[in-house]
Amino acid sequence: MKIVVCVKQVPDTKGGVVFNPDGTLNRAAMLAIMNPDDKAGLEAALELKDKYGAEVTVLTMGLPKADEVLREAMAMGADKGVLVTDRVLGGADTWATSQTIAGAIRNLDYDLIITGRQAIDGDTAQVGPEVAEHLHLPMVTYVQKIVDYDEAAKTITVERQFDDRYMVVKAKLPCVLTALGELAEPRYMTPGGIFDAFDKEVTVWGRKDLKDVLDSDLGKVGSPTQIAKASDKVRKGAGEVKKDLSPAEAVDYIVEKLQAKHII
Amino acid sequence: MDFTLDKKHLMARQLFKDFAEKEVKPLAQEIDETERFPRETVEKMAKAGFMGISIPKEYGGQGCDPLTYVMCIEELAKQCGTTAVIVSAHSSLCADPILMFGTEEQKQKYLPDLAAGRKLGAFGLTEPGAGTDAQGVQTKAVKDEDGNWVINGSKIFITNGKEADVYVIFAQTGTKLDKKGRTQKTFTAFILEKGMPGFTFGTKENKMGIRASATYELVFNDVKVSDAQRLGAEGKGFPIAMHTLDGGRIGIAAQALGLAEGALDRTVAYVKERKQFGRALAQFQNTQFQLADMATKCQAAQYLVYAAANAKATKDRYSVEAAMAKLCAAEVAMEVTTKAVQLHGGYGYMKEYDVERMMRDAKITEIYEGTSEVQRMVISGALLK
Repeated sequence: MKIVVCVKQVPDTKGGVVFNPDGTLNRAAMLAIMNPDDKAGLEAALELKDKYGAEVTVLTMGLPKADEVLREAMAMGADKGVLVTDRVLGGADTWATSQTIAGAIRNLDYDLIITGRQAIDGDTAQVGPEVAEHLHLPMVTYVQKIVDYDEAAKTITVERQFDDRYMVVKAKLPCVLTALGELAEPRYMTPGGIFDAFDKEVTVWGRKDLKDVLDSDLGKVGSPTQIAKASDKVRKGAGEVKKDLSPAEAVDYIVEKLQAKHII
Repeated sequence: MDFTLDKKHLMARQLFKDFAEKEVKPLAQEIDETERFPRETVEKMAKAGFMGISIPKEYGGQGCDPLTYVMCIEELAKQCGTTAVIVSAHSSLCADPILMFGTEEQKQKYLPDLAAGRKLGAFGLTEPGAGTDAQGVQTKAVKDEDGNWVINGSKIFITNGKEADVYVIFAQTGTKLDKKGRTQKTFTAFILEKGMPGFTFGTKENKMGIRASATYELVFNDVKVSDAQRLGAEGKGFPIAMHTLDGGRIGIAAQALGLAEGALDRTVAYVKERKQFGRALAQFQNTQFQLADMATKCQAAQYLVYAAANAKATKDRYSVEAAMAKLCAAEVAMEVTTKAVQLHGGYGYMKEYDVERMMRDAKITEIYEGTSEVQRMVISGALLK
């Protein structure tokens, strides 16, 4: 089985957030980690590899320094890394990003594509499903567990999470899964894996290597979303504590406050 | 000369740091208090490859250099001195001599299990009458008519004691005349396995520090082993022990370094929070100067420890580098942890604060695998020869 895992390098929430003047994130200036949902997806792929044998390719789009997440993925056990990086691809929203990733995946052999549900920097949860659409593949989102892989029938059975229940879905391969963080607990890298990861070559692709995509669908130009304003988290003022009210008085008090602010 | 780490070493350090903070730190206080050997941590470390960092890949190890190994011990010790010494004794004192002096058969038999952490290693040299003075070893191995060995005696203060599976031990097998015509005992190294008839464990030691490390007495009562268990040549045990301890000292130096750095980290955080006379402790010049001294000493120790690791990677003999690293790092550990407790004031004396444990853990680094005095003998011996 050949598995492609899409990962994203995201700002580490432990570090500060730095914006470019146009409101996009200044990724080069921030501490970065592998997006947690993607990492769970990678772990699921590595578990499939351990169990059934598979070749796992990790793919990322980003700045040249996004090479770090590929090395990390390889140090955990992924076989190959592909970095898609090009100035003309910068400033991409989810549409242009998914076009880029689909354009890269068209060059690869795959039975299964796993992406994270969403990235902690944008939280859109759009790129995975969009990639599936561009590649005309079936897709299961919000995967919380991989139940079974049938090599002969070429199907995968997974649990798809809902608020209070889950659905068991069997999908024909090739397909796309979007992984929840709880899909799998990521393993640690191994020291030897780290050494090997830096001995291996990472494939670097630019615009010219993307297959069947239009320039008008890529980068900032190809992005329908424009950021109007971005700001750091605004601190709210201190709340008000009222201890001496009965429940009925408390309700009246809150309603009055909400009306004053024209919320209700 | 370049003092910066390359990308792979930086990533390895991050791995060790993340692991230690997530898996080791939460247990440190509890296992110290209860003297419980952290088996679950050993299993997690085994899974992540930490038990075979510098064992070559052909024997199932990680195939990394001594610097990577040292950084692992250092990061573990920042959170827990016990966990660090479990790995150090296993790797430096058991796997290393088998790798260095073992036959191909012995390497194939023991290294893959040690590298994968399926088996834990230990080392036995010290005896009640033989600490710094190795000539005091009383344990004897006698060859019988079939060429097998019968071992009798005991070893004390053995790290990983009852928890280990494979032991490299030393026994007297003969005598020889030294250059001055004095009779000297000669020793031979053997690989023993837990469960061999006659091989039992004595008392578990109740220690000041590294309390979760299982320190036991090993007892040999007519332990019969085949000649295939002999490690290295007959009578060559002493050089094997000394060479092994050179490597071990780098591991202990890294443990000491980690304890010092861990105590410094905690103190920096504490003095920013703790207020006296209306100001944070960090605002007092005494605090600032103490911290500056502590940080400078940690940095100096780190350079010596890393240099010793590099010497191990590139040179056949590195006794002096190892001795200097251990001497410096151990004394820095004791000094920095003591200052850390002092800067914490009364709270530093309480068990809820990590620096209390770290100060107790630091003391042993000045004693085991060669006291600071022995390190001074090694260093001055090389200067004056």
